[in-house]
Amino acid sequence: MIDATAPMLEVRNLEMHFSLGGSVLERLRFGKKGPRLDRPVVRAVNGVNFSIERGEIMALVGESGCGKSTVAKTIARIYKPTGGELRIDGEDVAEHDFAQMLPVRAKMQMIFQDPYASLNPRQKVRDIVAEPLLQQTTTAAERREVPAKIEALLARVGLNAEHAGRYPHQFSGGQRQRIGIARALSVTPGLIVADEPVSALDVSIQAQILNLMKDLRDEFGLAYLFISHDLSVVHHIADKIGVMYLGFMVENAPRDVLFSRPRHPYTRALLSAAPSIKEKRDKEEIELTGEVPSALSLPSGCCFRTRCPFAWDRCAAERPSLRDVGEGQTVACHLIDEPERDVV
Amino acid sequence: MTAFFQSEFFFNYRRSSSAMIGSALMAFFALAVLVGPFVVSQNPYDIAALNLMDSYKPPVWLDGGDAQFWLGTDGQGRDVWASILYGARISLFIGLVAMVASCAIGTLLGLIAGFYGGLVDSIIMRVADIQLSFPSILIALFLMSAVGTGVDKVLIALTAVGWVVYARTVRGSTLSEIEKEYVQAAKVAGLPNAKIIRKHVLPNVLTPLIVIATIQVGTFVLIEASLSFLGVGVPITQPSLGLLIKNGFDVLFSGLWWTSVFPGVAIMMLVFGINLFGDFLRDELNPRLK
Amino acid sequence: MADTAQPKLLEVRNLRTYFHTFAGTVKAVNGVSFDIASGEVMGLVGESGGGKSVVGFSILGLIDSPGKIEGGQILLDGEDLVKAGETRLREIRGRDISMVFQDPMTSLNPLHSVGRQMDEVLRLHSELDAKARHTACVEMLESVGISRAEERLKAYPHQFSGGMRQRVVIAIALLARPRLIIADEPTTALDVTIQSQILKLMRRQIAEKGASMILVTHDLAVVSEMADHITVLYCGNVVERGRTRELIEAPAHPYTRGLIDSIPDLSNRHERLQQIPGTVPDIRNLPKGCNFRDRCPRAQALCAEVEPILTAQRGSLSAACHFPLSPGETA
Repeated sequence: MIDATAPMLEVRNLEMHFSLGGSVLERLRFGKKGPRLDRPVVRAVNGVNFSIERGEIMALVGESGCGKSTVAKTIARIYKPTGGELRIDGEDVAEHDFAQMLPVRAKMQMIFQDPYASLNPRQKVRDIVAEPLLQQTTTAAERREVPAKIEALLARVGLNAEHAGRYPHQFSGGQRQRIGIARALSVTPGLIVADEPVSALDVSIQAQILNLMKDLRDEFGLAYLFISHDLSVVHHIADKIGVMYLGFMVENAPRDVLFSRPRHPYTRALLSAAPSIKEKRDKEEIELTGEVPSALSLPSGCCFRTRCPFAWDRCAAERPSLRDVGEGQTVACHLIDEPERDVV
Repeated sequence: MTAFFQSEFFFNYRRSSSAMIGSALMAFFALAVLVGPFVVSQNPYDIAALNLMDSYKPPVWLDGGDAQFWLGTDGQGRDVWASILYGARISLFIGLVAMVASCAIGTLLGLIAGFYGGLVDSIIMRVADIQLSFPSILIALFLMSAVGTGVDKVLIALTAVGWVVYARTVRGSTLSEIEKEYVQAAKVAGLPNAKIIRKHVLPNVLTPLIVIATIQVGTFVLIEASLSFLGVGVPITQPSLGLLIKNGFDVLFSGLWWTSVFPGVAIMMLVFGINLFGDFLRDELNPRLK
Repeated sequence: MADTAQPKLLEVRNLRTYFHTFAGTVKAVNGVSFDIASGEVMGLVGESGGGKSVVGFSILGLIDSPGKIEGGQILLDGEDLVKAGETRLREIRGRDISMVFQDPMTSLNPLHSVGRQMDEVLRLHSELDAKARHTACVEMLESVGISRAEERLKAYPHQFSGGMRQRVVIAIALLARPRLIIADEPTTALDVTIQSQILKLMRRQIAEKGASMILVTHDLAVVSEMADHITVLYCGNVVERGRTRELIEAPAHPYTRGLIDSIPDLSNRHERLQQIPGTVPDIRNLPKGCNFRDRCPRAQALCAEVEPILTAQRGSLSAACHFPLSPGETA
């Protein structure tokens, strides 16, 4: 049953594993014990929990391969999750089929990263923007209202009516991203999943789009799941932030708490690595060595221990779980139990 | 239309001599096929119009040539020039229809294989692989000997040979297309798979097919000519260019060379024109070569 | 000023590089001038379409048809590279000037081992024998932070991760001890923790080897941490240049101000970001007067008529603007 007090989005133990390999011939391997079938599995998302209230902006940050984009695409049900619950407006849609998903898609839309690849080059702008809306309209009367709605949407995102008849290649990157936003808004959703919406844009255009997204949140009471690798962008737009590493959420906290008191070593490393145009403040320097391990074979225990400057034997033996440390901050790190080890 | 004449495509076309020659040859054959029968003096398949007295007349510039038959005549007194025009019709008809059929079937199978993947994909692509490991003329020969001769049978054989190249190309482009964000956006918009394929995948995988299709018409004309030459192609009542060569071949070494050499030259020019134009299209439509 | 006393390694004078495409002439670089002293790092900043990458390619003589250097001088130690022939440029590339690209795979040959590619540079540009070359390669790989260098020399580019590959490219770029390195968005494709490793590495290597660097990037934050001087490009023109801290803290050109203000910063949070309205004009069809005037809050009638030229402003700054900003003033 739909519960009006339920969060706009809630995920519990969300898991997304991809099995690779394809045909039998491609998976055949010859080991010491004779031939066997290889079953490589990419563990992209490994049990993620969070929720977003109406009108709230939650950001997921992390480096490439941390699973943040996969989380976004799983929530948008481009992928079908391999485990866990995915509640949109109180309704668990993890197992929904195509027909069951259709009404849910009116509540949740997505904005994509690449303004060049996210619009079909052979469709006119008005057809692009109308696409989600047309799937939701059933009567001829509703369909007649579509053109006027499209025009209003284009105006709202800062384009004008004559743009509706043009093709995507006639627009700049920022304008294309506005078209993508208008497409997502066309069904007046409550939740928009935004996968790196500004990372492909020039900085002056990036500011325009971020401002637009904030205005739209205030105007329509939208909730965003905002995926980004850029901490300064996230700091600007998000109300709360989840930090992901190798398919796990390692820290989740309200924005100000996270930026003033980051607890997880990875969050601290990210903050210290972020370049800034301001003169270097006295900030903590945690330099990471090495690179992210493969999601094909996760390390035992804590996923971050191979690069963590604090790691000790417990980190290899036991996987830390997210624990509440107050003020809405949750951290998955053994340092919480043994703060005396927190010295480089 | 003026937009076309001002386009970069037309600009490059004007600067490419091979494209101009190729399209001139193609235009010549198109004209020959369309109006040819109305401008020749004789219908070579109308027995009443033939006169055995005219048999084996040499081309007009040789001794004994007749101004009425400027490329000479064959053993039944058929005008070689008229036969070529009628034969080119049949050859081109077969080439074009088989190309369209191959393209339709191959594209459909390629889309299905690429979009759905898994077992369907494996089956379609393995069949394609096996087929590609035989020369296409061999497969066509084998099929023809199984189903018999006739224009329709030639079309079936050529289509069975020709779909593979489309299926492979379309599958490849489909695989890269479905990773594109606009296909994912269509999923999020709630479009059913069939609609996603039709509106978002298909229009974006067609461009490379134009080149393949153009060149394939030439290839099909050649394969059909080979089949007919080997006697398993079109029936004697509908002689294509290939069959004309075969018919003339029997008397080639008796000095009556014109009955097979001129149809041979016609095939060569036709295929040459198609390939020249196809090469130009390949350069134009492939952004990687630019 | 102290830095004028240093010898100029590279002087670019009024460089113009145009691309003659079907749709019209793209004046990608349209009268750019700057110079770099030995040991200096200069940041070349701008948005896409600003022409910053084309400057780098022009210096290396790597402009292919339909592009052409239409005019100007590129003086390396007084030798004009615009006039130099291809043979001379080949000598210079890799030995005097080397380049680091955004995508390491474009500069690494996937078919050859890393060791072979490094060895090739030394064979071309040094007199060392095989053994000495091998030692030099091992040392260089170690100095860019690649462990087990002996072993890794035998590996192929695909066996390295993105960050490691960029380290290899930097190692190759440094091998022949070039005097100038042109780094075109060297860390844009990398994650932030890897980016900070690579930036530190580049800074250290340049200081150690006494090389100069042109850092081409869209990222003002990266440039402000790396560069001594910054040159800001807009529509193929230099709109402002100066010492890094002066330029970042109190720029004179409204475009620079706008760029800086549109970056969300960790240290202070405004509800709305300052934004530069509009988009970059069509570079094939630039307006008369100042290219930035349509997006500029300070534009007046004069800006539509007269194109501003780069003139000295306060301190080390020079800007191409009729109405430059005074310190602390917002656009």
